[in-house]
Amino acid sequence: MEGDLAYIGAGLAGMGSGIAALGVGNVAANFLAGALRNPSAAASQTATLFIGIAFAEALGIFSFLVALLLMFAV
Amino acid sequence: MATEATGAEHAAETGGLVFHPMDQFIVKPLFGGDTIAWYTPTNVTLWMAIAILVIFGLLVMGSSRRAIVPSRMQSIAEMAYGFIHKMVEDICGKDGLKFFPYVMTLFMFIVTANFLGLIPMSFTLTSHFAVTVVLALLVFLTVTIVGFVKHGTAFLGLFWVSSAPLGLRPVLAVIELISYFVRPVSHSIRLAGNLMAGHAVIKVFAGFAALTLVSPVSVLAITAMYGLELLVAFVQAYVFTILTCVYLKDALHPSH
Repeated sequence: MEGDLAYIGAGLAGMGSGIAALGVGNVAANFLAGALRNPSAAASQTATLFIGIAFAEALGIFSFLVALLLMFAV
Repeated sequence: MATEATGAEHAAETGGLVFHPMDQFIVKPLFGGDTIAWYTPTNVTLWMAIAILVIFGLLVMGSSRRAIVPSRMQSIAEMAYGFIHKMVEDICGKDGLKFFPYVMTLFMFIVTANFLGLIPMSFTLTSHFAVTVVLALLVFLTVTIVGFVKHGTAFLGLFWVSSAPLGLRPVLAVIELISYFVRPVSHSIRLAGNLMAGHAVIKVFAGFAALTLVSPVSVLAITAMYGLELLVAFVQAYVFTILTCVYLKDALHPSH
């Protein structure tokens, strides 16, 4: 029974990855909106874009990790 | 992981192609046997050696001819060098350039390991937390030690946000402290998690390819995922390196 609950928990934790995707999309969309307004400044800001994406993505990866732990370690 | 053995047994009984998508990450001794001691040559050892040979071949052999019109290998070596050099200079400033060899080593190792892992039947070094946690902890220790050596206790000003209102500062200090210590965790898990998840997804689609009805879709999906993984392999190495530069900047110029 406990193992089954762990699988349900893993599925719920997997939702976090999808929600983090919203965050990553938000970062990229706003970058694109800004870049189209001022294309000359866009190239200098790609590093910031990637840092922002990395931070948003980290939380999704955490939830993926929680799912993995629930499936294989707990 | 106990499920792998049962999966293999199940496959043997039913005759179907059943493999676990995480099977590819198992560390195996190269020359048979079951026990793994610290000196046992495993597939990790093999692919680390290959990664170092590839880096050596690219950077040393590639640029040793010093041609004015560079060959393809020399251009790649020069582009990689220039790319990281510019990144370190832009983010850490001129005095951060003494960390350029370290950052370059990190980038070349991670990007080579990521790309070698995409070769079918190979082993992805950076998909193991044991590898990435060591890399991230080294960055964390370097940043902390450099910060304290260069600035002494003034480095603790990183946690005391002087531009914020006085009442908020203790709260911010707690948040900054937590975020500082979570850095090696997110730094390492991002790299390993991305690589492991991507490779596992490819293997899951490969499992569907055995079913006749969906195999064209799954082969197309594998191709698409492989293209995405090529991008991810580079972007994750880039992100790891750029975050290393950002953390080093905090140690060199802790200006809050």
